[in-house]
Amino acid sequence: MANHSPQRFKTRLYYALLAAGGLVAMMGLYAAHMMEKYGHIITGMNNQIVWGMPHVFAIFMIVTASGVLNIASIGSVFGKAVYKGRAPLAGMLSIALLAGGLAVLMLDLGRPDRIIVAATHFNLTSVFAWNIVLYSGLFTFVAIYTWTLLERRMNRWIKPAGLVVFAWRIILTTGTGLIFAFLVARQAYASAILPPMFLIMSFTWGLAVFHVVQSAMYTWNNRIQDPVILKRMKNLLGIFVLGTLYMVAVYHLSNLYFAKQTAFEHFILLSGGIYPWLFWSGYVVLGSLLPLLLIYHPSLGKPKFVVLASLMVIVGSFSLLYVFIIGGQAFPLDIFPGYEVTSTFWDGQIGQYQPSLYEFLLGFGGLAIAFLITTIGVHALNFMPPEQTPQRV
Amino acid sequence: MSDTDEQRRQFLKTSVGAAAVAIAPGMLMFDMAHGDTEPVSSKVRWGMLIDTANCADCDKCVKACNKENGLSGGLSPTDSQWMRKVELKDMRTGRQLALPMMCQHCAEPPCVDVCPTGASFKRADGIVLVDKHLCIGCRYCMMACPYKARSFVHEPLHDQKPDVPRGKGTVESCTMCVQRVDKGKIPACAEACPNKSILFGNLNDPDSEVSRKIRTVASTQVRADLGLDTGIRYQGL
Repeated sequence: MANHSPQRFKTRLYYALLAAGGLVAMMGLYAAHMMEKYGHIITGMNNQIVWGMPHVFAIFMIVTASGVLNIASIGSVFGKAVYKGRAPLAGMLSIALLAGGLAVLMLDLGRPDRIIVAATHFNLTSVFAWNIVLYSGLFTFVAIYTWTLLERRMNRWIKPAGLVVFAWRIILTTGTGLIFAFLVARQAYASAILPPMFLIMSFTWGLAVFHVVQSAMYTWNNRIQDPVILKRMKNLLGIFVLGTLYMVAVYHLSNLYFAKQTAFEHFILLSGGIYPWLFWSGYVVLGSLLPLLLIYHPSLGKPKFVVLASLMVIVGSFSLLYVFIIGGQAFPLDIFPGYEVTSTFWDGQIGQYQPSLYEFLLGFGGLAIAFLITTIGVHALNFMPPEQTPQRV
Repeated sequence: MSDTDEQRRQFLKTSVGAAAVAIAPGMLMFDMAHGDTEPVSSKVRWGMLIDTANCADCDKCVKACNKENGLSGGLSPTDSQWMRKVELKDMRTGRQLALPMMCQHCAEPPCVDVCPTGASFKRADGIVLVDKHLCIGCRYCMMACPYKARSFVHEPLHDQKPDVPRGKGTVESCTMCVQRVDKGKIPACAEACPNKSILFGNLNDPDSEVSRKIRTVASTQVRADLGLDTGIRYQGL
């Protein structure tokens, strides 16, 4: 019967996905409205932990928005044919993730109604102000770049546009890392290794998200991925996961070498409760070692394992960001080196933080915005890689 | 003089009188609202020398700060504390002391560097402030401040002091009682200190009391290693 045809089922599923995404996005907006009405008192954030769960979501999306463009760069800048066909999808995903991340970041502001102030008053010494330029620039350049990819008459501009996007996203993620690297007095940050670390993290998380979306699209279209291409892409993910592990290890090991930093490292890696737990089990084991096993074990490495590995990398990235952003603030500022400190303002004490439901709603709302843009995008435009892949029987 | 002229003259007199009565309060209020219109000058750098010798059993400065600036004095993690009393114990020697901690009014303030909109700014006379009309509430300055001097307003405010603008969703900190300093008074904490241990004055004037004392007693800046050149110095730390 026509009513039960796969096509009809898919159309229904498509609208169901849109409705679900829309609902989650609306709940995010509701959370933002409540935060606007009652103030940040309804979140878990306070004067000790000033950036919370919304920032974990936002920074994940913003870093990933840059990293997902790796696929495009490998195709358009470094001329790898396999990746060229995937470049438009990468461009669209980048815009979707950036939109989601920025929405969360802006709606978490104490005065989101003043966003126009942020757009009209620039403090040139502020890396935040640079980032406002970098984010809007990325939107524009990626949109132009994706256009050169999709519009046949514009194809000759692919390479220059791809080069601009390549350079821009490297600078952008450097800027995201610098937000923390410039925090002169915080033990967890203030390190020049953070920008390159963020860059490698962006490669990893971007590719993981790309794998998940690509795999969903192949399943939707009843196609299976070319095993040769899949192998290349999964091995690339493996290298990126190792690269991120390396950067994170160097960051912690160099801290451990400095006597003034050992108390912080002891806290974040060993004694800090939720933070070391999330670091070791969430990031190291679930987010790095198990994905590496799934990627490189000879009897594994099939499409579903690659998707599973990618999902684990994404979960690991949230764990790492939680430890980095919230754990980094929870450890007390060393205002009086050499002294034990107490005060009514929690000097010398571990900052307490319990994320509230509103923070999660806002974060997932941002993810839902990225999901909606992606779903509508892949439905309305043709983002399927053009190479001949075997049809599923 | 004709009657008409007399009436006209009377009318003009009354009109001028009425206009003066109508405008005068406005002019007066305008003057009051704008205060001294002379801009602050970099010839002055306001600062303090705090002698920690007598801080152990006293928190009058903190209370005076809360009262002057209309702060609740609440101590929950989301309450604003512009000034707090910090108890210190040397981990090697066991020596104990206490001191009041607040915005250090750096000459090179990290909060001003990182603020995206320029809401955090330093006045020519060295006082570091937040422009409540430009602050978007991103809290980057709170991340950047080495002294944990800033608070974020987490809830709607009521019964604010007209001289001390505050607002939900914006960041705030010690203003060195700018509303008092601009009227020639000293900050509330300095005034309230029973031992006169908070010495406020112009660091740029070699003859000011604070400058003379800094020349003669040992004093330190907190986290001097950061090179921020704080306006607040501590004696006995």
